Amino acid sequence: MKKLESNFINMVLVLTGIAIFAAVTIGSVYSLTKAPIEKTLRDKQQEAIRAVLPPYDHYDSKPVEMNNGVETTKVYKAYDKNNVLVGAAVESSSNNGYKGHIDIIVGFNKKGVIVNYLVLDQNETPGLGSRMVDWFKTDNARQNIIGKNATVAHLNVSADGGEIDAITAATISSRAFLFAVRNAYFEFKANTDMQVNDTKNEAEDALQQEDDSASTSINLK
Amino acid sequence: MQQSGKKILLNGLLNENPIFVLFLGMCPTLATTTSAINGLSMGLATFFVLFGSNVVVSILKNIIPDKVRIPAYVIVIATFVTVAEMLIHAYFPVIYESLGIFIPLIVVNCLILGRAEVFAAKNTVFRSALDGLGMGLGFTFALTLLGTIRELLGTGKVFGTIIFPDHYGAIIFVLAPGAFIVLGYLIAVVNKVRSRVS
Repeated sequence: MKKLESNFINMVLVLTGIAIFAAVTIGSVYSLTKAPIEKTLRDKQQEAIRAVLPPYDHYDSKPVEMNNGVETTKVYKAYDKNNVLVGAAVESSSNNGYKGHIDIIVGFNKKGVIVNYLVLDQNETPGLGSRMVDWFKTDNARQNIIGKNATVAHLNVSADGGEIDAITAATISSRAFLFAVRNAYFEFKANTDMQVNDTKNEAEDALQQEDDSASTSINLK
Repeated sequence: MQQSGKKILLNGLLNENPIFVLFLGMCPTLATTTSAINGLSMGLATFFVLFGSNVVVSILKNIIPDKVRIPAYVIVIATFVTVAEMLIHAYFPVIYESLGIFIPLIVVNCLILGRAEVFAAKNTVFRSALDGLGMGLGFTFALTLLGTIRELLGTGKVFGTIIFPDHYGAIIFVLAPGAFIVLGYLIAVVNKVRSRVS
């Protein structure tokens, strides 16, 4: 078969034909993969919320969204069987990572104690900043933010006068991470204010319980 | 002077290995091989696109007028990349996350356009398919090897399995300079092997 001549009509026809064929292919694959992709994203989000919440019965699938112009924060409130608030999962972010955006989800119980956290999205340097995924869960008093009560703890890197040690050689990433944690607590408090200030005894009991459940969830990780 | 099918297949694996000999597609090679699994998945994604575009370009080679062949090839390649991206996102979300921006960037991997132009546009469909297979496997092999070595030296793991504790690892191998160092040594080794063989 001889090659088609490069005249105007041939060129237009062939390119149009190939483009239409490409469009049809992409369109059909898109409709084929649309449902699985949405399911993946939804599953991932639900799994993250489940992983960071204290023991609960159900949670608001529609979060309270807050936007301060830079970051969007989502607060998912969780309740027990009697519809009493037990805590919340807060999706929060920071744009000041070493390589831009960091997206995390932090769970608080109703006293403001950090139950667990997950890093949802980050592009930090592999082996340095990316260690935030489990660095702040490591069982070491100056590293671990889990079990700390965000109401009283000074969640900042020690170089800035805080009580958390930054990831070795990744202070910028650590700052950004802790900023997102503080931001999450701020929105948590703003949205669940009534529950945070309870009687002291009850608070300590709950703290003790949550500490236990927090350490089990570390072991599960 | 037709090469035999077996020779075409082997060409991609060793004699004309896209990474170690032709030096095509260096950007994803250096950027995505931070771990063995990343290298392997990037290799397989590129393999899929390369094989598909080689076959389709070879089928269409006679109806594409010469003057518009490059845009035509690019559309074919971009279609395969988009399809691959959606499939990976739907069925392998973990891989999709770790490769991120590098999946859509397969479009501009010069290896793929290079093979379309140099091989598929001049050979039969069957031979182009063999070339895609050989080159794709060679690329995948090279990326996996590079990723495995970098992951081992940098973090002490291979495919996530701990070989030695990670504080003995030299983090530089996971970062960009390590990619160049490991690639350089691998190229030297491959050159030595090739000169022995011939």
